[in-house]
Amino acid sequence: MPDLAADSMLRGSMLRDAAMVVGKDLRLEWRSRVTLSQILPFALLVLILFAFALDPDRRILEEATPGLFWLAVLFSMLLAIQRAYAVETADGVIDALRLSDLDPAGIFLGKAAGIGLHLLVLEVVLFVGVTVLYGATPHGGLLVVATMLLATTGLAAAGSLYGVLAAGLRVRDTLLPILMLPVVAPVLIAGTEAFSAAYANASGDGWKWCGLLAAFSVLYLAIGIFAFEPLLEES
Amino acid sequence: MDAVVRFRAAVCLLGRFPALAGVDLDVAAGEIVLLQGPNGAGKTTLLRACAGLVPVTEGQAGVLGVDLVADRRPVRPLVGLLGHSTGLYDDLTVVENVRFWSRAGRSQRADADAALARLGLDGRLASVPVARLSAGQRRRTALAVLVARRPRLWLLDEPHAALDQDGRDLVDGLMVDAVAAGATVLFASHELDRAEAVAHRSVTVAGGTVNGLLAGAGQEVPVA
Repeated sequence: MPDLAADSMLRGSMLRDAAMVVGKDLRLEWRSRVTLSQILPFALLVLILFAFALDPDRRILEEATPGLFWLAVLFSMLLAIQRAYAVETADGVIDALRLSDLDPAGIFLGKAAGIGLHLLVLEVVLFVGVTVLYGATPHGGLLVVATMLLATTGLAAAGSLYGVLAAGLRVRDTLLPILMLPVVAPVLIAGTEAFSAAYANASGDGWKWCGLLAAFSVLYLAIGIFAFEPLLEES
Repeated sequence: MDAVVRFRAAVCLLGRFPALAGVDLDVAAGEIVLLQGPNGAGKTTLLRACAGLVPVTEGQAGVLGVDLVADRRPVRPLVGLLGHSTGLYDDLTVVENVRFWSRAGRSQRADADAALARLGLDGRLASVPVARLSAGQRRRTALAVLVARRPRLWLLDEPHAALDQDGRDLVDGLMVDAVAAGATVLFASHELDRAEAVAHRSVTVAGGTVNGLLAGAGQEVPVA
């Protein structure tokens, strides 16, 4: 029984700290508007440039919509992660985090939740963007929503992990894409396949890719909860 | 008296460079100890080592009963470090920063509000984002975080820097109050006249070495 009580307290502390960190990150975004004023326009710009590149053949653009959507998400994700950890490395904040009583797993979950919420907003806007710009209309609404939620969870967890890994490095801005993009390739593939199924009115084929996204998310959430503390130490 | 800080032949490497190359230091509970020495002598590294932010690779090092060589992380919630940087979020206001960090240190909201009042930050400045503050006001905010956390060991690196005359007097008062409340203070300063007036004794850091043992344990360096 004492072990159960200790586990429960630990989880409570972790979730409370996660809530504190995500609350702080949302407040920082509300004040700075970096996602709204910089990352969101960047994401839409990527969609528009894809349209310029492929517009002469509208059919190709429609067929490529799932892949282009997730590519735009991945590029925007890099900016969101860089922003999320830029605020933690400025003016000695990372030392303050180490000196605090916050549970490192809670910090990880909080950062991941913050990144995830920003990504969800970006994905909704991008989804409207591809519908309007590319004329693509999905049939499997539930599959689209599930794919977005699972992919976002995986991207946010991996992003939070690799964000802190790169945080202490002087070359973090250029290193992060090299570290992150190969790691999240399964999300790109699974997200694209699931969306392709939804757009082709073949949702049944898409759900197995959601399974891959769920496995990716669980894996990176677990790694993050256990590995964030040593990575924070080294950053 | 119990030793809050106890270092023996402690070595800290920054990369391959020995930033501390043999530190012997005792700080007793309730003391205010001044670290003095030229730039690059190792004062900042010593304070960071006491906070558990820099690993001690050789020798012995204990702070508040925590063996820093074995595992330095448990000491962190027990100490408060004011370094050259402030550890504040630019886009949060003064009150939001102090409340966030005091909550992160398991202090109560009342502690944060009392600290803001003590540092004179409970008026107009409370709702100003930290990015818009002057260097001195940022320093005051960082001090408010420290006060709110009520650490058992205060580690202050040039605490008077960037502050006006009132602010400097306030820092001296905070150190005296902290000791009166049962804490211990170890601080580095180049402003020797002011610092020596508030310190119980001073210790010289030179070339990464320190000989600052208490009387009976070795050489004591009295305040002039």
